[in-house]
Amino acid sequence: MATRVLIPTPLRAYTEKKDALLLEGGTVGELLASLTAMYTPLRRHLYDDAGALRSFVNVYVNDEDIRYLQKEQTRVTDADTVSIIPSIAGGRS
Amino acid sequence: MREDGGGRTDVRLSREEIRRYGRHLILPEVGLEGQAKLKASSVLLVGAGGLGSPLALYLAAAGIGRLGIVDFDVVDESNLQRQVLHSTPYVGRPKLVSAKDRIHAINPHVDVELFSMRLDSGNALDVLRDFDVVADGTDNFPTRYLVNDACVLLHKPNVYGSIFRFEGQVSVFSAPGGPCYRCLYADPPPPGLVPSCAEGGVLGVLPGIVGTIQAAEAIKIILGIGEPLIGRLLLIDALTMKTRELRLRRNPSCRVCGDHPEITRLIDYEAFCGITPAAGDEGPDAVTVTDVKSRLDRGEDIFLLDVREPQEYGIANLGGHLIPLNDLPRRVHELDSSREIVVYCHSGVRSGQAVQFLKTLGFRKVKNLTGGIDAWAEEIDPAMARY
Repeated sequence: MATRVLIPTPLRAYTEKKDALLLEGGTVGELLASLTAMYTPLRRHLYDDAGALRSFVNVYVNDEDIRYLQKEQTRVTDADTVSIIPSIAGGRS
Repeated sequence: MREDGGGRTDVRLSREEIRRYGRHLILPEVGLEGQAKLKASSVLLVGAGGLGSPLALYLAAAGIGRLGIVDFDVVDESNLQRQVLHSTPYVGRPKLVSAKDRIHAINPHVDVELFSMRLDSGNALDVLRDFDVVADGTDNFPTRYLVNDACVLLHKPNVYGSIFRFEGQVSVFSAPGGPCYRCLYADPPPPGLVPSCAEGGVLGVLPGIVGTIQAAEAIKIILGIGEPLIGRLLLIDALTMKTRELRLRRNPSCRVCGDHPEITRLIDYEAFCGITPAAGDEGPDAVTVTDVKSRLDRGEDIFLLDVREPQEYGIANLGGHLIPLNDLPRRVHELDSSREIVVYCHSGVRSGQAVQFLKTLGFRKVKNLTGGIDAWAEEIDPAMARY
């Protein structure tokens, strides 16, 4: 079973420019673990030194924020789409 | 909509205005009453750049009675690729002057209020207080959190937009019952971890798309029509031209809009975002372009390392060895730690990160070129192409 994980533009530099990946895992945490195992430098962009998801990176299963589901224990199926949504800075300049 | 107007709709439209706004007036959702609401309303634009441009143009055209604009920048040639509020004859002049001229050329009925300042904790509440809706077109995290918190404290809807390369985000924060930006992102990224548009680039049309959506949201909020993007984050990818929508919720433990807010007055947002003055520009790891130039001229052995992207190298370079910042970890073996290495990028941010990274690997003789290749073009080689 593989779930689609969408990679946002700022993080594609770490995923060989791929914008989506099919990853194995029964929970969001497992998917992100497979992702960071494949692309090690991505890890520090998703997790802080204590191993917690960074607060400027949100993860959604379909249109729902995992903070309001079961966080990283949120279960996923191959019908779900997981999105990583970091804060972006641009606008004025 | 203003406190002194109390949502009044007794504002009258002149014959000329009725002719001008005819296409609005025949919309049942707007009509004479709605157009009068727009005229009685006020919107504050934070930033007259990429997002502020379409916001200003369309809100002026739509007949918003009073537009406030906060900006302290001057028009630069590199703005014109996307900041359609400004035009070539205005290069070098304040963006506020350019904005006001353009808005009045579109619609002389709009009152334009200019705030030539950098919004900060000391002035933000006073500036925002007098407007019905705030449209955030800022490019940096300190101002974004400042605008967010000020809007929450003043109960003003905050029409938010953000862009990067080909991707945009739009939402409406701080509307009654809705979430705020902090509910979405409690903390900003540490400086340097997220690239800005100045480093990452942006498709010129993208702020046009995102800013016009912001303008539509501001108008809907003022008119009280439709379904504003409250509790919804709209994502736009211009490369695939796909949009997605994510659900946002007010976070009951949000530090500013939660049930027990800790932030009840504005804070130091530069410090909150981890920004120390002139980070990376001074200190023992920094070296100036004039210093490097004279040492190179004397024939000293300096290894120049360019950590920009290949397309940037193609525009202009100093003949440095090119290893894009993201490739540095796996290509570090190409560097000789016994030689003195001067790292440069466009403006000094990425090279600062590269210097920090190399030092953690034990490189001792590694320095950051202050101001990057842009400073070199300005101070050493005026013939060099700038971007």
